[in-house]
Amino acid sequence: MWNVVFSELRKLRRPTLLIGTMGAVIFFSGLFSSLLFLLIDSRDGNSDRGRTVGRSVLGLATGGAEGFNRVGGFLGIIALCVFSAQTAQEYTYGTLRNLLIRQPSRLKVLAGKFIAMTLFALVMIILSAVISVSASVILAPGAKVSTALWFGGDGRHALITTFINITISVIGFGTIGMVLGLLLRSPISAISLGVLWLLIVENLLIAVKGSLQNWMPGAQLAAIASGGSPRGMSTGIDYSHALVVGGAYVVVGAAVASILFVRRDVSN
Amino acid sequence: MSNTAISVTDLSKKYGERMAVSHASFEVPLGTICGFVGPNGSGKTTTMRMLLGLITPTGGTGEILGESIKHPEKYLPRVGAMIEGPAFYPALSGKENLNYLANLGGFSTDRVQDLLNQVGLGDRAKSKYKTYSLGMKQRLGIAAALLPKPALLMLDEPTNGLDPEGIQEVRALLRSLANEGTSVFVSSHLLSELELISDYLVMLRKGEVVFTGKMNDLMLNQQPVIIAKAAEAADLTVLLGIAEAAGHHAVIRDEAVHVEGPASWAAEFNRSAFDAGITLSQLTPQLPNLEETFFEMTGEK
Repeated sequence: MWNVVFSELRKLRRPTLLIGTMGAVIFFSGLFSSLLFLLIDSRDGNSDRGRTVGRSVLGLATGGAEGFNRVGGFLGIIALCVFSAQTAQEYTYGTLRNLLIRQPSRLKVLAGKFIAMTLFALVMIILSAVISVSASVILAPGAKVSTALWFGGDGRHALITTFINITISVIGFGTIGMVLGLLLRSPISAISLGVLWLLIVENLLIAVKGSLQNWMPGAQLAAIASGGSPRGMSTGIDYSHALVVGGAYVVVGAAVASILFVRRDVSN
Repeated sequence: MSNTAISVTDLSKKYGERMAVSHASFEVPLGTICGFVGPNGSGKTTTMRMLLGLITPTGGTGEILGESIKHPEKYLPRVGAMIEGPAFYPALSGKENLNYLANLGGFSTDRVQDLLNQVGLGDRAKSKYKTYSLGMKQRLGIAAALLPKPALLMLDEPTNGLDPEGIQEVRALLRSLANEGTSVFVSSHLLSELELISDYLVMLRKGEVVFTGKMNDLMLNQQPVIIAKAAEAADLTVLLGIAEAAGHHAVIRDEAVHVEGPASWAAEFNRSAFDAGITLSQLTPQLPNLEETFFEMTGEK
C-alpha cells in the first residue's frame, strides 16, 4: 500500500496541481481572514452571508482562529475537487488498468490513494492555518482588535480545535469527492455534481425547509469545520449531531464505492 | 513447474446476452512468441483483460506462469503488459510516468532511463506525455511493460502508430526478449508482422478459438495457392471457370484468381488459359500467407 502512497505523492506534487491548489489556498485564506479585519466597520458585514463579527468576538481567545475557521468550508470544496478529479481521471485517462496491473489489490490502491490525498489535504490545511493566522496577526492592530488573548493557552487550544475540526471536515469532503469520482468515473461530472449539490442544491433545499439542514451531508461537514456554529438560514447544527450524521454519510458512501471499485470490471 | 506461460480452459466472458469470449481453451508455451489474432470484436482484448485480472471471467479457469488467474497478485509482479493502447498521465513526462509505475510496482527506478533509451525515447524522457506522438506513446507503453523485467510480456497491438522503422525495432526487441527466455503474448492486426515473429498462434473468431498451435503447423497444413492475373481484367471470370471446371476451389481477390491446388497444376492452368485465348500477366504458385489463412479460417473475407 505504501508503494501506492509514494507513487501518488509523486503525481500530486506536479507543479500545475501543487502550485495551482496551494495558490488558491493562500489566496482565499488571506482574503477570508483579511476581510474579517478590513471590513470590521462595514455596514454590509465582514463575514459570510453578510454577518458581522465584531471586535469583542475577534478579541476573544478564539479570535486568532476566526479567519481560519471562515475558510474551512472552502478548503472542503477544494478537497472535494482534488479527491474526485484525482480518482476519476484514472478512468478517463485509462490509467487505472496500469495501476491495477502493477498493484492488483484494489483495496490497497484505494487506501493508498486516499492516504496520499489526505496528506496533500493536510499540507493544504496547515498552509491555510499559517496564512490565516498570519494575516489576522498582521491586520488586527490596524482594525483595533486586541490580540492579547490569542497567544495564551486558550488561544492555542482554540487554534488546535479549529485545526482538528477543519481537518475532519476536509477529509469528509474529500472522501465524498472520491466516492463521486469512483461512481461517476469522470472528473467533470464528479466535480460538477459535488460542487453543485454542496453550494446550490443543499442551500436551496434548506431555504425551502430549514429542518433539512440537520440531514444534508454538506451542512454537517461545514458544521464540523466551524465547530457546530450557526449555518444557513436556520438555527445551528449541533457538533456531535453533525459528526454522527456527516460521518454516516462518509462511511456509507466510502463502503459502497469501495465494494463497487473492488468488484467492478475495468473495461476502459 | 509448469512449462506453459499461459494456460486457459473454457474461459468465458458474457456481457448481458452477448458472449464476448466463449469457452476459450489454449496454451502458450514458455519462452515463445505467441501471436494472438482475430478480427475486431473477436474477444482478444477481453481475453487479455481476464488474464490480467482486470475483469472477472464468467466461467472457466486459467493459469499464468503456473498461478491461477483468480490470484493475479501472485503472477502480475512477473508480467509486463500494455493493453488497449498506452495510457499515462498527460501532465507528467515520460520518465515521471515510468517512475510512478516503478514506485507503484515496487521496482527500482534505476532502469527507467535505460528502458527509455531502449525504446528510443531517451532524448524525450523529460517531455510531457501529452506532447508525444502516437508512436512515442506506444514506445512508452512498451517501456512500461518492460519495467518488471517480465517473465511474460502481454502486448495488445504494440505496433499501432509506429512507422516502419519503429515496427522493425519492436519486432527485433520482441525477438531478443524471447531469445532471453521471456514469453511474449502479442495481439496485432498486422498479420504480416505476426507471421514474421510468432512461433505460436492463437486465433479467435467471435469469441471462440478457431486455431491454437505452432505457426509452422498451421501454415504447412494450408493448401498451396496458384495466383493468376490476366492481361485483360475481364478474363478473370473465364479463368475462374477454367479452375472450377478442373475441380479446384477458386476465388477472385485483389484483381487475381486464387486457385487452391498443387503447384504442379500451374502448367496445365497456363495451357488451358492459352487455349481459351487468354494471356496471363502473372502465374505464381505459393503457400498462403498468414493473412490469407486467417481470412480463410475466420471467414472474414
